[in-house]
Amino acid sequence: MIGNPLNGDPIEIARQAGKRLHHFPGGLRLRHNKKVSCELPIERAPLPPRLFVPLRLHGGREAEPVVDAGQRVLKGEPVGELRDDPGGCVHAPTSGTVSAITRHPVSHPSGLDGRCVVIKPDGLDRWTTLRPVNDWRTADPGALRAAIHRAGIVGLGGAVFPTSLKVEEASERGIHTLILNGAECEPYISCDEMLMREQPGSIVLGAQILQRAVGAERIVIAIEDQMGAVLEALRGAVREARAEHIDIVRVTTIYPEGGEKQLVQVLTGLEVPSGGRPTDLGLLCQNVATATAVAQAVTEGQPLVERVVTITGNGVRRPRNLLAAIGTPISSLIDQCGGYTDGAARLVLGGPMMGYALPSDANPVIKAANCILVLTAEEIRPRQPELPCIRCGECARVCPALLQPMHLDWTIRNGLWEEAVETGLDDCIECGCCDFVCPSHIPLVDWFRHGKSELRGRELERRRAATARQRYEARAARLARQQEERRRQREEKKRALGDDAARQERIAAAVERARRRRDGDR
Amino acid sequence: MLTAILAFTTLCVLFGLGLGWASRRFHVDSDPVVDRIDALLPQTQCGQCNYPGCRPYAEAIAAGAAPINQCPPGGEAGIRALADLLGVEPLPLNPENGEEQPPTVAVIDEAACIGCTLCIQACPVDAIVGAPKLMHTVIASECTGCDLCLPPCPVDCIRTVPRPVPGWGWPRPAAAGRLAMAPRPAGARAQAAQ
Repeated sequence: MIGNPLNGDPIEIARQAGKRLHHFPGGLRLRHNKKVSCELPIERAPLPPRLFVPLRLHGGREAEPVVDAGQRVLKGEPVGELRDDPGGCVHAPTSGTVSAITRHPVSHPSGLDGRCVVIKPDGLDRWTTLRPVNDWRTADPGALRAAIHRAGIVGLGGAVFPTSLKVEEASERGIHTLILNGAECEPYISCDEMLMREQPGSIVLGAQILQRAVGAERIVIAIEDQMGAVLEALRGAVREARAEHIDIVRVTTIYPEGGEKQLVQVLTGLEVPSGGRPTDLGLLCQNVATATAVAQAVTEGQPLVERVVTITGNGVRRPRNLLAAIGTPISSLIDQCGGYTDGAARLVLGGPMMGYALPSDANPVIKAANCILVLTAEEIRPRQPELPCIRCGECARVCPALLQPMHLDWTIRNGLWEEAVETGLDDCIECGCCDFVCPSHIPLVDWFRHGKSELRGRELERRRAATARQRYEARAARLARQQEERRRQREEKKRALGDDAARQERIAAAVERARRRRDGDR
Repeated sequence: MLTAILAFTTLCVLFGLGLGWASRRFHVDSDPVVDRIDALLPQTQCGQCNYPGCRPYAEAIAAGAAPINQCPPGGEAGIRALADLLGVEPLPLNPENGEEQPPTVAVIDEAACIGCTLCIQACPVDAIVGAPKLMHTVIASECTGCDLCLPPCPVDCIRTVPRPVPGWGWPRPAAAGRLAMAPRPAGARAQAAQ
């Protein structure tokens, strides 16, 4: 299953998405560890005394606060806006008073601070005036996309790419199939599974709205074969909505099946081209939780201010899923789950494969937070000294993107950036499979992340240099032009004066005029 | 004998015409080597190399008039890249041209500025805006940190500050041992799927 089959148009083949299942290369079968957090139903987490709403948006940009300390805000009111993008909003997750706009640790791998709007909830949880779309079945698709944009919805699978951008691109390029990704393959995480079990109607509604917004012909909802109750719940919802064109497909649970590109490959047998997106095959992938957010944004007009978070791991007493307002400190969610067990040693945001350690439980819940994993000391793989690569090739065997991690690692260590790009550094999805199997304990993914950051920095530097070159050249051209103009003006003046005899004549005439005037004055 | 001379003369003329035509038909306006050297220079336009800008320095290198070690903003990495391109041995940076320093941007103390426009005229990339007798300011995103605006200022109201780092990047993993970034559960049973 390497590469795309040569016969047939990829878009036509992709139309059959989900009718026959395929495989993606590599991957790992991991112990699931999901059951513990699926025993209790999703519960709304109580509002904490203070919410820390980060102003950081996708791509590292920070929104400008549009509220002042002491100001009262209602739930869903914008508290931060991007200056150049009127829809790029941060919304208040509840009603209350803005107590400060301050720097606070935001949940980010850097562990750095970011600006946050601190809100003291008033407990009323009162919505601001909402602008729902009246009837999505007859509404203009553009109006649906605008509602998604206004609501500040991002991909809730973990990548937090703005949904409105994805949807705009999809509707411009034209797609035929909408894929809802419910294949939550990373161990421990169960927020999507619980959501599909408890709110299948909302997911199906969101899927239909997304379908209308982008003009797709089919909908495929992909779930994992280990999610028993989910299938029945979704089938019931589909029957209820009388949306028989929705296919529910069960895929084998192999990590990282839930990756967008991997899921597309499983459903269609086609590889998403390097540097491309599923839209190149006429497909749009959205997470199931994103679909419920879309449903709420369109039918109720509610912006995305809360999400389901899995609180799990052996370090927490009662693992479960909570519906938490964005900005809720993680400590408050842990309390809701009965607190830490005695052995709790490390707090991880995300799953065990792709997550990152958090320095403190004062960090707020962000839109990307699908899981809070509390590990005990025994669960943490002990730090082992890194050994030289023995070229065993295990990493290449498990790589779902068909890369050669050992070679990539070598290029990055030695600063061979061009070669790193050529051998597919940008295609690495940072799933951590290579890292997991490496017998020499080489932190491969850490190197790849470092390499990607470095490449981004270089690209910025290159762009900066190009701008400086352009401006320097424009200035040089302007200076040359001005000099030329001055020279021309000088010459013109000289020419106007004429030759020597004429010049003498003119001088004499001017002297004569002056004398006459003086004599006249007398 | 005569045939041979004639044949060769004819061939010479034909090839000459062909080459003459080709040199006009495929004429390259600027020297591609200069462009490639210019692409490796940092475009600070600071003149520390004793040339009035990066492009003139690139032209001098291409002409063999200047060594490759006169660009402090490019630093050792820049010299290495130039050496790779030109196939010569890398040289240490010439200390007469200056030292390699982290990138900076200029900042004008706007309260102290008297509006003399001298810095505007000195800026090689037009990154300072202002008008006579009115306050000037630096467009930080366009400033290359060349320091050329500092000497002309009559009231010394311009200083340089480190250029703000654009976003956070993943650090280089520690040489020995693992970073505590990606914990894995020890008990997780792993086996390749295929």
